[in-house]
Amino acid sequence: MGYAELWEATHVEFLAAAWATLQLAFGALVIGLIVGLLVALARLSKNRPLRRAALTYIEVFRGTPALVQLFIVYFSLTEIGVHFSSFQAAMIGLGLNAAAYLAEIYRAGLEAVPKGQVEAAKAIGMPHFKILRWVVLPQAIRIVLAPIGNVAISLLKDTSVASLIAAPDLMLRAQDLSSVYFMPLEIYILVGAIYFALCYPLSLGVRLLERRTRH
Amino acid sequence: MFDTTALHKTIEMLPYFLNVLGIGALTTLGLTLAAFIVAALLGFCLALMRLSRSRFLSLIASVYLEVFRNVPILTQLFILYFGLTYIGITLPAIGAAIIGFGLNGAAILSEVFRSSIRTIDRGQSEAAFSIGMTRSLAMRLIVLPQAFKVAIPGMANFAIGLLKDTSLASAAAVPELTFKARMLVSETYQTNLIYFLLAVIYLVLSLVLSHWAARTERRLKVVKEI
Amino acid sequence: MAQSTPLVRIEGLHKSFGSLDVLKGIDLNVQQGQKISLIGPSGSGKTTLLRCVNYLEEPTKGDIYIDNELIGQRLVGTRKVPMSDKELARMRAEIGMVFQRFNLFPHLSVLENIILGPLKVQQRNRAEAVELAEDLLNKVGMFAKRDAFPEQLSGGQQQRIAIARALAMKPKLMLFDEATSALDPELVGEVLGVMRRLAEEGMTMIIVTHEMSFAESVSDQVIFMADGNIVEQGPPRQIFRESQVERTRCFIRAVQEH
Repeated sequence: MGYAELWEATHVEFLAAAWATLQLAFGALVIGLIVGLLVALARLSKNRPLRRAALTYIEVFRGTPALVQLFIVYFSLTEIGVHFSSFQAAMIGLGLNAAAYLAEIYRAGLEAVPKGQVEAAKAIGMPHFKILRWVVLPQAIRIVLAPIGNVAISLLKDTSVASLIAAPDLMLRAQDLSSVYFMPLEIYILVGAIYFALCYPLSLGVRLLERRTRH
Repeated sequence: MFDTTALHKTIEMLPYFLNVLGIGALTTLGLTLAAFIVAALLGFCLALMRLSRSRFLSLIASVYLEVFRNVPILTQLFILYFGLTYIGITLPAIGAAIIGFGLNGAAILSEVFRSSIRTIDRGQSEAAFSIGMTRSLAMRLIVLPQAFKVAIPGMANFAIGLLKDTSLASAAAVPELTFKARMLVSETYQTNLIYFLLAVIYLVLSLVLSHWAARTERRLKVVKEI
Repeated sequence: MAQSTPLVRIEGLHKSFGSLDVLKGIDLNVQQGQKISLIGPSGSGKTTLLRCVNYLEEPTKGDIYIDNELIGQRLVGTRKVPMSDKELARMRAEIGMVFQRFNLFPHLSVLENIILGPLKVQQRNRAEAVELAEDLLNKVGMFAKRDAFPEQLSGGQQQRIAIARALAMKPKLMLFDEATSALDPELVGEVLGVMRRLAEEGMTMIIVTHEMSFAESVSDQVIFMADGNIVEQGPPRQIFRESQVERTRCFIRAVQEH
């Protein structure tokens, strides 16, 4: 069977799995963006225990592999009575992982806004909240867009790890189909091509963003 | 409530767990080191290709980069593993893993190298040319030694990422840390303890790596890229 | 004036960067032993002209001959082909250049900076190269700092070492690209002193500079450039004191009003 026929036979299932993968990545991104924001705020707060907790969170989630984090969310939590489906566990695990990186991205974005601007705003008597809303945030958002884009691309690729806890993603579907058609190499190459088709446009977009923010 | 006999048994098994995981950790470190070397050598060649004045070489390197950076590494490992079997090469799983992580890592490191070379001020090469150096001599004696220092933080970051990524080799039955942990869990059902230990060991390894990298940077007085 | 072949012969030199024409047709001869100063407002093309001489900039049109040899290009029949990197490097080895920002190699000591060329390009042995380097360090007054690293030195010290580094290659010609423009005022004198001594020893020099009194006292010929053309060329007295060209007089007046 050639690639064309293989695609003919499998594309419905692959596209369904690709859709599941996209949902997984998107859900994890949303979780990461929200949790990451909370962690970033804790990191920058004046409360020392809160800062410590945030720093620990970041260090733990950046210092351990995503796979291990997924194991713990899926397998370990069951022992204390929390049951997630593999899909949910993957989304939560990848989301919490991404949050650690996003928290640092938020922080870098805020710190990259030139302090002179904040001082100038204070000097003309702008209240703290308004400074944040009108001076700092617009610029910080421009700065973090590209890095967040990179996190999104990484998330898309990391969803493949979810297959190792049997979450229904592209790689798991590839494993199933391999045992149906007995052409593992061709199947994984097809899957690789699908991932490429999903990620490449995103990375072109991010590069465009990076070029625009440099101006 | 606390079952003290079960707790006792668990504590008794601790040395056994740590022993098994320790061996796995050594395999992980070895795998990381070997893959790093492959990635560094190949990545360096790719960087030079990207920077070369030959548009053909530059294009090949760019295509390589795009392919390896937009496909998950797990997929790459599987393709490599089955691809090797297809063309009749039987490698031990760890060999395929070293090659797989090395090929992927080369794409990442080539960008680190390329940008650190471009950081070196053009005046340096011009001064080298002005005393009669050819492009390759100027690169070898003036640009690369300086670029190497600049590349260290990027290389360190990559190494730590690679250490974590090797956990995926467990899917190919490479007897590294994560694989050993899964084995122990299926043997003893002590899921929580073992995965906790697993996380702690990775954390310790990555912290040690990053501290060692920071010390090396300080000793070589690295100036961070702006 | 001089009867022998000029050391540097520039014919019909044009240089454009994209749509910007920086050099619009330069013809210039430099005889052996001559000191030529290039002066003019920024954007006049003087630095670009200098950098074309050792082919750090590739001319858009025109030819440059160093000691009667075409630089950067080779004549193949009637066509001109780019010169190989090796050939170009060989020619550049005979032209020394001193940069505005010194461009010393920060990962090498002062001595290593200077012996690098003789050692790796001219294949001299180490003892020979070190002797040569120490000689030059004495000449520029920097012998005591031979084991120091560039970052530990002042701008004036670094530039003097840069001059020594260029001289170590025993060039036929020295090019100075605003050698003192990046220096604190009190350090300018020590570098000009080295350049003056070099001039007195008979080196052929092309100097792009803003130091007018230096240019006047050291040069045989002064060239005033503006908008990519040579406006006027002549001995220092003519350019600085007796110019009949309005543009030149304007510039000299503006500069001396400081």
